[in-house]
Amino acid sequence: MQRLKKPWTDHRAELLLGAVSLSTGLIVLFMIAFVTARAWPTFAHNGLSWLAPGGSLKVQVEGMLATSTKPPASAYHVRAWPIIYGTLLITGLAVLLALPLAVLSAVFIVELAPLALRRTMIRVVRLLASVPSVIWGLLGILVLVPFLGNHVITAAERTSLQNTVQLTGAGLIIAVVLLTLMITPIMVALTCDALAAVPGAWREGAAALGVNRLRAIRAVTLRAVRPAIVAATVLATARALGEAIMISMVSGSVFFSPRPSDGVAFLFEPVRTLASTIVDFREGLGGAPALNSTLYAFALLLLFSVFVLSLAGYLVKLPLRKYQVRG
Amino acid sequence: MSAQGGLSVAAAPRRGRGSSMRTWRWSDRLVWLAAWGAGLLLCAVAAAIVIYMGYRGVQYLRPSLLFSHPQPSGNQAGSGGFLDPLIGTALLTVIGIVLAAPLAICSALWIVEYGHGGRVRQYLTRIVESSIEIVAGTPDILIAVFGVAIFQLHFLRFASEGSEGGGVTGRSFLAAGAMMSLIALPPMFIATRDGLQAVPTHMREAAFALGKTRIATIRRVLLPSVRPNIATGVTLGISRIIADTAIVLVLLGDELRLSPHHGGLPVFNLLRGAGSSLTSYVYDNSPAGEGAAPQKAYAAAVVLLLFVLLLNLAVESIARRQSRSGGSLAIGGFV
Repeated sequence: MQRLKKPWTDHRAELLLGAVSLSTGLIVLFMIAFVTARAWPTFAHNGLSWLAPGGSLKVQVEGMLATSTKPPASAYHVRAWPIIYGTLLITGLAVLLALPLAVLSAVFIVELAPLALRRTMIRVVRLLASVPSVIWGLLGILVLVPFLGNHVITAAERTSLQNTVQLTGAGLIIAVVLLTLMITPIMVALTCDALAAVPGAWREGAAALGVNRLRAIRAVTLRAVRPAIVAATVLATARALGEAIMISMVSGSVFFSPRPSDGVAFLFEPVRTLASTIVDFREGLGGAPALNSTLYAFALLLLFSVFVLSLAGYLVKLPLRKYQVRG
Repeated sequence: MSAQGGLSVAAAPRRGRGSSMRTWRWSDRLVWLAAWGAGLLLCAVAAAIVIYMGYRGVQYLRPSLLFSHPQPSGNQAGSGGFLDPLIGTALLTVIGIVLAAPLAICSALWIVEYGHGGRVRQYLTRIVESSIEIVAGTPDILIAVFGVAIFQLHFLRFASEGSEGGGVTGRSFLAAGAMMSLIALPPMFIATRDGLQAVPTHMREAAFALGKTRIATIRRVLLPSVRPNIATGVTLGISRIIADTAIVLVLLGDELRLSPHHGGLPVFNLLRGAGSSLTSYVYDNSPAGEGAAPQKAYAAAVVLLLFVLLLNLAVESIARRQSRSGGSLAIGGFV
């Protein structure tokens, strides 16, 4: 290095590039620190029972809107279980629906589809993955919600629930269906990359043993990419947890926990998630301190879940290094 | 599987590669059918979206809408067009890319070119890579909420308007654009990093042998050869930014028209003020927002979808020109 003309230039360049790179780490630290600090008052007042059910969340949040800049300690009282339940319900159902759909489509794309159709499918998956969430929401609120409200929900279902909640069509089922369609392309893409990386010799080995094509797929290929499927599911779950705009548009925006005991009407009941609640009350960020802190607490819970999921995704992907697949 | 040779065992039936479905068990046939069904379902959904939006576009999209300001009006005929949201989307894209591109490219260069010597460097490299992975996995609504927390700090008052009571609104094009850069960062970083890793080592060695320093090698050899990768990354970043709604809604407020700050530098005033983007225009004009002008929402959504489709095509054509398309489906970044 001493024979180069200006070794210090190189050194300085490295320091500069390194400093710029590390700023991303700083941003992440800041994000955790700021959101935690803003969320702290609500956790300090409620403790861990913040997560528990109790009382009406609607009354609690609307009470916060009314409080002044110096709220009494009682203003912070909140029990967030209804929207945690809503988040788990929507995310869980969407992932359950998306998993078989995604695995089957990935198998179709990589193993079964004729070449021309395969190229089309790749474009289709890319297109579906890049449709903005506000367009999914728009189609939901202007096409699916009126359809459900006018043609599917029966008068009997409406009257049976008229004292608890109004069934407009906007609710659980539309949010779940749209969310499924939104996360499926992500899972398909990751699974496809893994399927394509399975060594061809393994398939040939299965074929040499005399099993048919589909048996080979089920017994060899899919088994080999199981970690990739799990990793894709984990990533898709994180995506689904954070989806805010589409759910805020199509899920009715009412603090209500859908009750499975209501039968079919359960599917049409409105629901809120952590992320969609933040969107619905976005004007409250920086406003009344109690509501502000509560909204940051929702964000902190979301941040924590997403961190746990990315860590899980990383751990699950480790065995994939064997096949030189980068997820 | 070649059944043409005479070496087949005893009376084994001849099985060709696609002709054997008749011998499959019914459960295998069912899975085969389900796979076709799933694939065709995705095709049908995509086709339905494109066709339906195209139909609405023909119905409601008029060129005049692109060149007229939104008007505060109850009825749809008088509510104007979406010139301001278009400008807003362009502003956000420019701010986001200008902030994110240096960060992404510098990080990729540092990690690939400098990140290997010594334990400290490996440790720092891992920190940078995992923090970008964390940013990639963070939902946009969280980034938006974080942006509010940052830009409502008192010393960042210059970036947005003051609110009544001495606070800071924290809502401006600068704030939203800065947070947009976090969304655009991961795909740009990954595209650049993968491009650098694909540059053969002998090109670097040749440059060193000619007496070039590392940084000169980067400038004269590596950056020119990864230019298509950077272009792919930037395109993916742009398509992330124009598709994002949550950051705009939270960090730009609900103003449909550009509302520049008064009394300052001309361009900076605009950046310091609030406004809207195509996505927030769609949201506000749908029944979910306040405007309730669904025709305008459809028209703006069609424009948005067109942009997204064009950017998809751009990514594809860059990849094709590079002719190293390994058939990977990875949709930008950590997906």
